Amino acid sequence: MQEEDVFIILADDDEDDRLFFEEAFDELKINTKVATFNDGVELMDYLNKENSLLPNILFLDLNMPKKSGKQCLQEIKKEARFKDIAIAIYSTSASEEDIENTFVMGANVYIKKPNDFKQLKKVLSNVVTINWQYHTSGLNKDNFLLRL
Amino acid sequence: MKIFIKFDFTAICNKLLEEKLNELEIKYKVLGFGEIEFTEKVSQEKLDALNDALNEYGSEIVENQKSILVQKIKDTIIDMVFNDDTNINVKSSVYLAEKLDHSYGYLSNLFSEVTFTSIENFIILQKIEYTKQLITNNELTLTEIAFKLNYSSVAHLSTQFKNTTGITPSAFQRIITKRRELSNENK
Repeated sequence: MQEEDVFIILADDDEDDRLFFEEAFDELKINTKVATFNDGVELMDYLNKENSLLPNILFLDLNMPKKSGKQCLQEIKKEARFKDIAIAIYSTSASEEDIENTFVMGANVYIKKPNDFKQLKKVLSNVVTINWQYHTSGLNKDNFLLRL
Repeated sequence: MKIFIKFDFTAICNKLLEEKLNELEIKYKVLGFGEIEFTEKVSQEKLDALNDALNEYGSEIVENQKSILVQKIKDTIIDMVFNDDTNINVKSSVYLAEKLDHSYGYLSNLFSEVTFTSIENFIILQKIEYTKQLITNNELTLTEIAFKLNYSSVAHLSTQFKNTTGITPSAFQRIITKRRELSNENK
């Protein structure tokens, strides 16, 4: 029934995390296409290219070399062209401060990286499914906040 | 003399659509792969005329019955949550089955197949969505919202809010308020 793939980008400097992330999506019911970047600079270079395909959901690691997830978030929120991208923070930190700050800065989702793969799949499936409802049912994206 | 023409089928199809839609003065957006979105309401007469015009070219409007029914389910749920105060005591399964004239089992299976979520979850999502809207409007207290949305208690609403979004209603309110302040500062 679903005609278009959901396009997902992850920016994370940890190779293992990128690998697990990609694998987790292979088994989901929703069709997805996943691209990954190693750091914030690579990510922003890609997004800022004029005809780059923009993701439906962007997962940002907070601690990355060269450019942090928060800096990326800030830059993305300034740019009108990126307004339809749902932003998920994907971090090992679960500090209340990070969570609230990134939400205030405009993130839609905050995920503390789960420790086991089963949990990871569940969490990512949850994010993609809820985002899909926002996408297909005209829900107000400004009110889209989800913490997992 | 013979010549050879290389056809661009996509361009031809799009051009055809464009001409027919303009003839009928229908406002539209082409979404690609033959999908068109009407940007304003289109009468059934115009739709029929469009279908006739396309038939000449061996094409037709496809109406996927399943997607249409799913859309109706969603609309009914949204209407039920946001507008209709009269059905407060009717179970949503009964309400949907009556309104849409199908068994709830059928509706429920179809919905899950197409939307990747269940009707129950979709109703909860919509109720929480409405709650968010009411919270950000600052017009009602959480207790009043719980009553309006037919929750047994404010605790029940708070719990469901937390389970659905991962944050409490008051944290949600705080974040949205701060976000507004931040965007006002940047203006």
